Amino acid sequence: MRARLAGWFHRRGWSDLMVALPYLWLVLLFLIPFLLVVAMSVATKTPTAPPFSFGGEYPLVSFADYARLMQDDLYIRAFLTSIGNATLAMVLCLLLGYPMALGLTRVSRSWRNVLLMLVILPFWTSFLLRVYAWMGLMGKNSWFNGLLTEGWNTVVPASWAVTSIPMMNSNFAVVLVMVYTYLPFMILPLYASLERLDPVLDEAAMDLGSRPFRVFLDVTLPQSVPGIIAGGMLVFIPAAGELVIPTLVGNAADPMIGRVISDEFSVATDWPMASAVAVALLLLMVVPMMVYSHYQARSEGGER
Amino acid sequence: MRRRPIFLITVLCFGFAFFYIPILSMMVYSFNGSRLATVWGGFSTKWYVSLFNNRQMMAALLLSLKIAVVSATCATILGTMAGIALARFRRFRGRTLFSGLVTAPLIMPDVITGISSLIFFILLAQWIGWPAQRGFTTITLAHITFSMVYVTTVVQARMSQADRSIEEAAMDLGSKPWQVMWDVTLPVISPAILSGWLLAFTISMDEVVITSFTTGPGSTTLPLLIWSKVKLGVTPDVNALATLTVLVVGVGVAVAGWVLNRAERRRDEDARLAYRANE
Amino acid sequence: MEAVVTGAAPAAETETPFIRIEGVSKTFGTFQAVRDVNLTIRRGEIFSLLGGSGCGKTTLLRMLAGFEEPTAGRIFIDGQDMAGVPAYDRPVHMMFQSYALFPHMSVEKNIGYGLKHEAMSKAQREARVREMLELVQLAPFATRKPHQISGGQRQRVALARALARQPKLLLLDEPLAALDKKLREHTQFELMSIQERTGVTFMVVTHDQEEAMTLSDRIAVMDKGQVKQVGSPTEIYEFPQSRFVAGFIGSITAFEAKVVSVTGETAEVEVPAFAATITARAVPGLVAGQKVTLAIRPEKLTIRQERPAAGNVVEGTVKDLAYFGKDSLYRITLPSGDLVAVHAVNAKRGTEALRVADWYDRVWLSFEPGAAILLVE
Repeated sequence: MRARLAGWFHRRGWSDLMVALPYLWLVLLFLIPFLLVVAMSVATKTPTAPPFSFGGEYPLVSFADYARLMQDDLYIRAFLTSIGNATLAMVLCLLLGYPMALGLTRVSRSWRNVLLMLVILPFWTSFLLRVYAWMGLMGKNSWFNGLLTEGWNTVVPASWAVTSIPMMNSNFAVVLVMVYTYLPFMILPLYASLERLDPVLDEAAMDLGSRPFRVFLDVTLPQSVPGIIAGGMLVFIPAAGELVIPTLVGNAADPMIGRVISDEFSVATDWPMASAVAVALLLLMVVPMMVYSHYQARSEGGER
Repeated sequence: MRRRPIFLITVLCFGFAFFYIPILSMMVYSFNGSRLATVWGGFSTKWYVSLFNNRQMMAALLLSLKIAVVSATCATILGTMAGIALARFRRFRGRTLFSGLVTAPLIMPDVITGISSLIFFILLAQWIGWPAQRGFTTITLAHITFSMVYVTTVVQARMSQADRSIEEAAMDLGSKPWQVMWDVTLPVISPAILSGWLLAFTISMDEVVITSFTTGPGSTTLPLLIWSKVKLGVTPDVNALATLTVLVVGVGVAVAGWVLNRAERRRDEDARLAYRANE
Repeated sequence: MEAVVTGAAPAAETETPFIRIEGVSKTFGTFQAVRDVNLTIRRGEIFSLLGGSGCGKTTLLRMLAGFEEPTAGRIFIDGQDMAGVPAYDRPVHMMFQSYALFPHMSVEKNIGYGLKHEAMSKAQREARVREMLELVQLAPFATRKPHQISGGQRQRVALARALARQPKLLLLDEPLAALDKKLREHTQFELMSIQERTGVTFMVVTHDQEEAMTLSDRIAVMDKGQVKQVGSPTEIYEFPQSRFVAGFIGSITAFEAKVVSVTGETAEVEVPAFAATITARAVPGLVAGQKVTLAIRPEKLTIRQERPAAGNVVEGTVKDLAYFGKDSLYRITLPSGDLVAVHAVNAKRGTEALRVADWYDRVWLSFEPGAAILLVE
């Protein structure tokens, strides 16, 4: 019996196990829960525990929640706010991250290693605490807010003067903190794609008569498009579904979609509605994902 | 003719100031004597004292560490298996679904993973009576699920770079496939496995959204505790906690970076010497 | 101010040198890459910088292109001082060793890239690109991307791109290094014919002496940042002025020697390795008793089984012989134990039995007085 078991193991049992264990785990604890959410989105809310049922009559499913999604102002606004904030954060990350990544490729090797480490370092500290750090800075009485207020008061006429700048609990705060927490996601893929570029190409363009900025536009920028797309997706996708940042520094009256899902689920105990919003959010994210994988496949194909 | 890229250097300086001023400010204010977190009231270490005397905080830290160690270890085992399988087994039934399943958790918003896990656990409890109560077990299961795919990504990337011919050499020398895996492949990718574990550990220590959905009464992890405190506003003892976190992580990353840097320099040096010896 | 006109070149070619490099040095930190180089290059010639890696030839090229600024000295192109002129404003274009084609642009976009900076209409620009495509015979590949064409085609795109703006000087950095041997020979002649048709002055950097010999009108041999000798391929090969140049170009065997006497055009030299005194052509400034190097190229020696009646004669034994088909290489041990290489053309068809000499044969080597090179430096 033992010999037979060993024989089976030698032949292919070990490789079957390598696939089967993680596969089963993900099916059980990721796929099935996810499918439950999809199923839940077409159920009906009931005052029972758990608070849902699949109706009594044919066809047992209800798309009422999706219909509400399309009509209710709350959801539409939440989606627009999410897309707006995430897009803005993505663009700002690109504007700040691109020169930073390009700068990283231009400093000496030893400096580069230190600076890259400094970019990655915040990854390893707590996300929550990084958001929290900005709560301290943006508060009405903080030195940072005081500094900005003074700056504002010296540039604008006296009648516009303010005692402090209302930064907290606004979309501005949400975008600012998103840029802060997601900037490394933009810098790292950009750096990876910029670092691979051959500096001789810059020289070739310069040799053919292009000034440095022209060289950047003609040679560097077009070749870093895959990095831009990757970085953009890495910022946009988590930003669009963000829950922690809008909860801590956002405006509760103008919630983002993550907050809506959480509130529908926990506060309103409307599981079907929360699920419907979740499915809609996922569909929204599929579009940029497809753009991303399209570019990924194309850039890999091009290198071959 | 090489000009100093002044603009780029300026943006780099600004970027790093943006990265680190909030953290430094938080660290400075952790030594603030005032109760009001944003008004300076003289130097004091009292928040550190109160932090260490806070038994609730210590219990939360302990729970977080327990969950992180267990989940990171399980996630590393499962994630490494998946990474090797995806990198080495070209074709098996359901490969497409499998590779989808290891990418999806990376991009799934936390909220959705959270509510789907909670719905799953509640319904499971209703159908088979388990888990009767949510807490350590459910949090750990959820953490394993989303952190294993990070391990998979790291391991798979390393595997695809690794030289396949050394595995073929081992096979050629008479090793059975699983022995090759054990004797050759695993040692080669061990750095990736280690960094996968560290990644899974860090993610678990930091996770708040999914944890908040899968936790139960009495199971408060450190991020959950911070979350509930921070939701009410800025508090000085969180500043102290944040300072300690940044210091621990900073020292750890600096040491790791220094070791890696030195190893790389030594490798370059060795290669140069070897090259010279050949000339 | 007047540049020194070398040799007996006809006056018409040297009215004003087209490119003048005056006392140019370049230092990187403590490393002196180029030391006090003086060169003049004529309009429309192919001029090669030849030397091993690290001899400073690439640094010199990059200074001409404008990627490096000389630490000392000046560069004039067509009378214009290049000091402070950035790379993008110089009438100099370069064909890079790696070709440096823009991977995201098609062949025609690559060729037309430099023309964007010219004041010309779209139609003129397109016409010029077409003309260039014809010149390098790549018209059917105009819309391909660089990774979709072969190495030789890439090289031609790089050439066309650099020529499109009609530079006063074209710099070619190891133009043939990336091509395989067969293609290299063909491309050499193509480069020469394109140069002839366009009339652009070419400056080639290469480490390959054969490439330099076949391509160039004149060659500058460089070592440790200095120019050792400038001259036509024949001058460099037949009349090297230093041991370095003699050894770098072609193969050569060198012996210690001592001048016995100098009479007019010829000199008697005592060569210990030959155990004989030889007659050789004198070089200026030679005095009796001077220690010199006697160098001789393998193909200048004649190998015989019987002792010739007169002339420079050396006795030896065949140690090795390598048969290449058209010719054979013999390695002869001299009585002193020194080795000397001899090339013999296999002019007659036949089997091994018809060979001039065989392993361990006793042979006699002879050469003309003019064949031996006396080197003082």
